[in-house]
Amino acid sequence: MNTLPQQLANGLFLGSMYGLIAIGYTMVYGIVQLINFAHGEIFMTGGFGALTVYLALPDGISMWIALPAMLLGGALVAVLIAVGAERFAYRPLRGAPRLAPLITAIGLSLAIKEAVFNWYPDAKTSRVFPQLPFGPLHLGSVTVQSGDVFLILAAPLCMAVLGFFVRFSRTGRAMQATAQDPDTAQLMGIDTNRIIVVAFAIGGFFAAVAGLSYGLKYGSVAYDMGFLAGLKAFTAAVLGGIGNIYGAMLGGLVLGIAEAMATAYISDIPGMQQLGGGSWAPVWAFVLLILVLLFRPQGLLGERVADRA
Amino acid sequence: MTALLEVEDLRVAYGKIEAVKGISFSVEAGQVVTLIGTNGAGKTTTLRTLSGLLKPSSGKVVFDGRPLGSVPAHKIVSLGLAHSPEGRHIFPRLTITENLQLGAFLRKDKAGIERDIQRAYDLFPILGERRKQAAGTLSGGEQQMLAMGRALMSQPKLLMLDEPSMGLSPIMMQKIMATIVELKAQGTTILLVEQNAQAALSLADRGHVMETGSIVLSGSGRDLLHDESVRKAYLGED
Repeated sequence: MNTLPQQLANGLFLGSMYGLIAIGYTMVYGIVQLINFAHGEIFMTGGFGALTVYLALPDGISMWIALPAMLLGGALVAVLIAVGAERFAYRPLRGAPRLAPLITAIGLSLAIKEAVFNWYPDAKTSRVFPQLPFGPLHLGSVTVQSGDVFLILAAPLCMAVLGFFVRFSRTGRAMQATAQDPDTAQLMGIDTNRIIVVAFAIGGFFAAVAGLSYGLKYGSVAYDMGFLAGLKAFTAAVLGGIGNIYGAMLGGLVLGIAEAMATAYISDIPGMQQLGGGSWAPVWAFVLLILVLLFRPQGLLGERVADRA
Repeated sequence: MTALLEVEDLRVAYGKIEAVKGISFSVEAGQVVTLIGTNGAGKTTTLRTLSGLLKPSSGKVVFDGRPLGSVPAHKIVSLGLAHSPEGRHIFPRLTITENLQLGAFLRKDKAGIERDIQRAYDLFPILGERRKQAAGTLSGGEQQMLAMGRALMSQPKLLMLDEPSMGLSPIMMQKIMATIVELKAQGTTILLVEQNAQAALSLADRGHVMETGSIVLSGSGRDLLHDESVRKAYLGED
């Protein structure tokens, strides 16, 4: 099934997942100009949180009942870790040189990964994840796996709710103000500390949706699944224009589709037979990042820095 | 009667460098008080400390009978102290209406907010004409109007204006100053920081001259305007 529509669909599913994770990078960056490099691990704990809930439920329970509980459990874990990281790791460093929170983020990322590796039962290798109880759907020439069905429904829904929230709610308006000018936002009476917590929490929730999607899509979760996924989602956020939530989703989709295309078709180019296939996919993803940084450093939907001043 | 704002021996430091070195002044309800002085005299630092963005190293600030010592910045505005910052700092990617609404962020009376937005448009008709435009597209003078309108949206007891005439054309500057006179006539209490000493002193009830972090001279606006040392140092006379 190596048709073009199928590859586009594959890219779309993959890209939706990158986009969901990228939201967390971009929201936090937009508000506090911090790259939360532990965000990939927050995505991973979302997957493990969902798995934990599933294992706690009685055997043989219908996935239709288990799924909402898994989402809730995964979200709870990811949001708590994201908010806890903000409160105890990043907030004490606010106002410190930028390198300090960055190094803290990398340390936190290692710590979370090692904690799951060492203390989650049987997490030294990947753990099997439950699947949705229906087979692949065939839409014309395109086959959609059950896990991808969840992704393709959840991603646009989450995105629409977030867009509406940021644009129309009181807290959303306060987030926009804080992102544009944090000091002046305080002069308006906005508690910017609370807004920062909300940004981390939303990022954590989206990461949990992505973590659950990952499990449903690939049939397993692993302690190290956050590394490459996080790096690619970060790429997607930069690609779309970091700080812009629609840019994050767009960047995810562009990255996912580019990866799928490269995986399927690069080897057809004479002289590049060796460079196709899935193992080369990250290479093409990062080549794309470098190209965007060279020719459009503000990202696809990003504003020029001069406009932000 | 006690003053609306009472500042006593206020000191503010950036690290080891003291920017405000023990100043005292007060603002009575209904007054316009101005702080004048050159760049780096500590005027902006003083305002940023009053609105909680900077923490004083020592001294006392009492506003409306309440000490402000440990009140966080985002709670100050709810006490009735509004600050239109230096450089205007409007939210560039939000519309004019949205900027004004943010000025009323803590208010719950929807009808009152609508009425006050209308009042801002009456005060500055150009803002009303462009209400759906992103604030970043406005000219400097229009942004200044928006910043003042936004500060008024919190229905402040005291309005702090930091360099409202900075970088404006002479015509726009006159407009802004005329607006301040109008606000004064309506009974608004204003603490005005200005480098344009002539304009500020002519409309102020009281003025304080700041130099390198200290108040070196105080008096009524009229007296300072005619003071020889002020004329030499700030009004460009030999």
